[in-house]
Amino acid sequence: MSEFRYLPVTEDDRREMLDVIGVQSDEDLFSDVPEKIRFKGELKLEPKLSEPELVRFLTGLAKKNVSSSDYPSFLGAGIYDHYIPSVVDSVISRGEFYTAYTPYQAEVSQGELQAIFEFQTLICELTGMEAANSSMYDGSTSLAEAALLSSGVTRNKKIVVSETVHPEYRQVLATYAHGRRLDVVTIPEKDGGTDLQALEAAVDDSTACVIVQYPNFFGQIEPLKEIETIAHGVKKTQLIVASNPLSLGLLTPPGEFNADIVVGDCQTLGISESFGGPHCGYFAVSKKLIRKVPGRLVGETVDEKGQRGYVLTLQAREQHIRREKATSNICSNQALNALASSVAMNAFGKKGIRELAEQNIQKAHYAVKQLKGNGISVSSDHSYFNEFVIECGKPVSEVNNALLEKGIIGGYDLGKSYAQCKNKMLVAVTEMRSKSEIDQFAEALGGIIGG
Amino acid sequence: MDNQNQPLIFEQSKQGRTAYSLPVLDVPAVPLAEMVGKDYLREKEPNWPEVSELELVRHYMALSRRNFGVDNGFYPLGSCTMKYNPKVNEVVARLDGLTHIHPYQDEKSVQGALELLYRLQENLQEITGMDAVTLQPAAGAHGEWTGLMIIRAFHEANGDLKRTKVIVPDTAHGTNPASAAVAGFDAVTVKSDENGLVDLEDLKRVADETTAALMLTNPNTLGLFETHIQEIAEIIHAEGGKVYYDGANMNAIMGVTRPGDMGYDVVHLNLHKTFTGPHGGGGPGSGPVGVKAELEPFLPKPLIVKKEDGTFGFDNDRPQSIGRVKAFYGNFGINVRAYAYIRTMGSKGLFQVSKDAVLNANYLLKRLSDHFETPFKQMCKHEFVLSGSRQKELGVRTLDMAKRLLDFGYYPPTIYFPLLVDEALMIEPTETESKETLDAFADHLIEITKEAINTPELVQEAPHQTVIGRLDETQAARHPVLRYVNQ
Repeated sequence: MSEFRYLPVTEDDRREMLDVIGVQSDEDLFSDVPEKIRFKGELKLEPKLSEPELVRFLTGLAKKNVSSSDYPSFLGAGIYDHYIPSVVDSVISRGEFYTAYTPYQAEVSQGELQAIFEFQTLICELTGMEAANSSMYDGSTSLAEAALLSSGVTRNKKIVVSETVHPEYRQVLATYAHGRRLDVVTIPEKDGGTDLQALEAAVDDSTACVIVQYPNFFGQIEPLKEIETIAHGVKKTQLIVASNPLSLGLLTPPGEFNADIVVGDCQTLGISESFGGPHCGYFAVSKKLIRKVPGRLVGETVDEKGQRGYVLTLQAREQHIRREKATSNICSNQALNALASSVAMNAFGKKGIRELAEQNIQKAHYAVKQLKGNGISVSSDHSYFNEFVIECGKPVSEVNNALLEKGIIGGYDLGKSYAQCKNKMLVAVTEMRSKSEIDQFAEALGGIIGG
Repeated sequence: MDNQNQPLIFEQSKQGRTAYSLPVLDVPAVPLAEMVGKDYLREKEPNWPEVSELELVRHYMALSRRNFGVDNGFYPLGSCTMKYNPKVNEVVARLDGLTHIHPYQDEKSVQGALELLYRLQENLQEITGMDAVTLQPAAGAHGEWTGLMIIRAFHEANGDLKRTKVIVPDTAHGTNPASAAVAGFDAVTVKSDENGLVDLEDLKRVADETTAALMLTNPNTLGLFETHIQEIAEIIHAEGGKVYYDGANMNAIMGVTRPGDMGYDVVHLNLHKTFTGPHGGGGPGSGPVGVKAELEPFLPKPLIVKKEDGTFGFDNDRPQSIGRVKAFYGNFGINVRAYAYIRTMGSKGLFQVSKDAVLNANYLLKRLSDHFETPFKQMCKHEFVLSGSRQKELGVRTLDMAKRLLDFGYYPPTIYFPLLVDEALMIEPTETESKETLDAFADHLIEITKEAINTPELVQEAPHQTVIGRLDETQAARHPVLRYVNQ
């Protein structure tokens, strides 16, 4: 009996197959690997586990983690604890979807292709843009690729980005920009928003794009109207907006402010936190940029009989055709996460996305009221969505330790990314937090910070 | 498969239906106008559908029936390693303590996740023969670019700014030159010789003091082992360049040889290929990068480390790091699956995987070699390339044969790649397929070669059994319709 349940070749099979090939042994199949580089002995890996042992072992590791299903979480900063309808996991667990690859052979991939076409449509509708691709790795790489696209189209090398854009997104942008030899200019944060005067001063004829986040990293709703005027005040400069898609159920979509590219991460719509991934970057553009988009696009067409069908299209942009001249090197993307997000978006529908977004903003505002009531100073006084900044008056790590002891996952330590934000905590309140959890959080914080 | 055309979800919408359920808002509601400025309050609803939960489920079940995965049947898509995706991996990856955890939680509240990642790093180091591994890159191409950025940082740190060139073989996957470009290099091609291996003379001609790196998978894209790999590495190293291992073909060599022992300096792995992360209809993948010690300072940050007190944490203090390549720590869920797979197989099992993958490929090659032109005569590794040139003379293209395979219930091989083989069919059976499956596939493909002689139109007009016929790709590209618009 085989020792390995995934390996069907029996010893009888092996003998017959080696006979047909015309060699004596397995070893002969590797005679082209020079002796000098052959690995001698056995790889020193961890010992093999049976299925029950594996499940027990990994369950043990999982239990060493504090999960947001056990503890109410007020931690956001780009990844959030949101409601995921049960249908999502049911759909993405179908082997036809998750064990397939990129739908090259359209005739046996219509399911995936149609699902992507629907995803593209959902993203366009939400962002107010003309076209969206089938997904990017995550919000951060989607943002970086948007900057590269802008630079390519405008032939300008200056990328202007607001400091209120997610710090890790900006770090990823910096790595990509270094690769393509672009210059990144960062506009300082002012009162939780982008310093518009500094922005205006920075944008000039050499600027490829202005990048802002809406709502921004501090939860604040950036004034896209004014920002757009500044960005498009220069002839070629493009406006790139990074946006939490869930917030767009309530907020005017960036497309209505003439954004050229809208990017972000669909984690907030149907994808679990998963320690940071896999999630799903989205990438949406205005009509004039359709042929410059990175990654896969699905288009509608017909077969010989005139039946409607879907195919991968405009592939002349992509690496497998254009090689070093491709718009991007992306190949594998986040298709299954895009599917998960599509299922969630379809489950919510036009009414649900609004209700979700409204519950988020209402609960966040209620939390602010309760925190203030418990003597906490709240720094966010501009318009914010589901996140805001509070003053801890002591190291945030200390506060979070105390919260964890009370069974609460506290917020993000802004001092880690912003020198000007020492002892400030970014708090996220989603629809998942009940009134009583918010009340307990406010009370606990009142005790920890006040005391 | 289901022959009914499935309407778009938007076409099934009916006002008033819903498929979600939230608790009633339990906090006092504030008027929206008090929270959001007038210009920023959305007026027009997105045209998202309104369907019931059952309608939603049936829609996706209908779509799933119009899709083909490894669970449905044989999927010999060359270069993609479409092996079985173990079910237990899906179970453990969905454990509550692995899915509902936040990357910014305090280290002490995510020790299990960090320990798992650390263990995976250690195992991957051993498998590849490298000194350090980052799990941050999200996919193979992302790993390639990360590896090249590391090499660039290394040269820059040495003040060696003249290295503008990355050499790729003419058989390379398109991501190689594309990644080189995104990393700020010029891609330069080295030719293959008549045996399908890197032409050493041409390599010597191309390699010089401006060479930053050579990117080379081994076995190469033709499924052939680069027997002269040490000599190749020496040529590049002598010029001061680095040698980059594209791990797309790692499935052929686990426990047989290691990139680190062959002379490679940097390697990326495709955990969604060799290590059973499912392909997901196009992703997510995971593309860890391993490096030799001298390149370790340049790895993306943070790295996951084991501290002196035995706990696990992040190392952010890496001044020479290339920075971040992705927010957070990579595609964690895929890394969990890869770890589960490695623990399921152990070292003996992974060695057996490579032996069986190579056995299956050589067996299938032998079964087919009388019926196709075989451009290379030596033994293959985990995959092989045939040419449909003989059939092309009969008026039957490789594309036609691929479409005909659909009628027999197979996903076709990779076709028209690598580019230097005329009418290429690139076949990778993987180790998880049985001899019976390989025999049946060979029989069907041989039957198709006979059809190409006797009833060519049957092949030229294929597929005949699928839910839809060949689609008009020209129209799709000329008049792109990329979204549904409500008429």
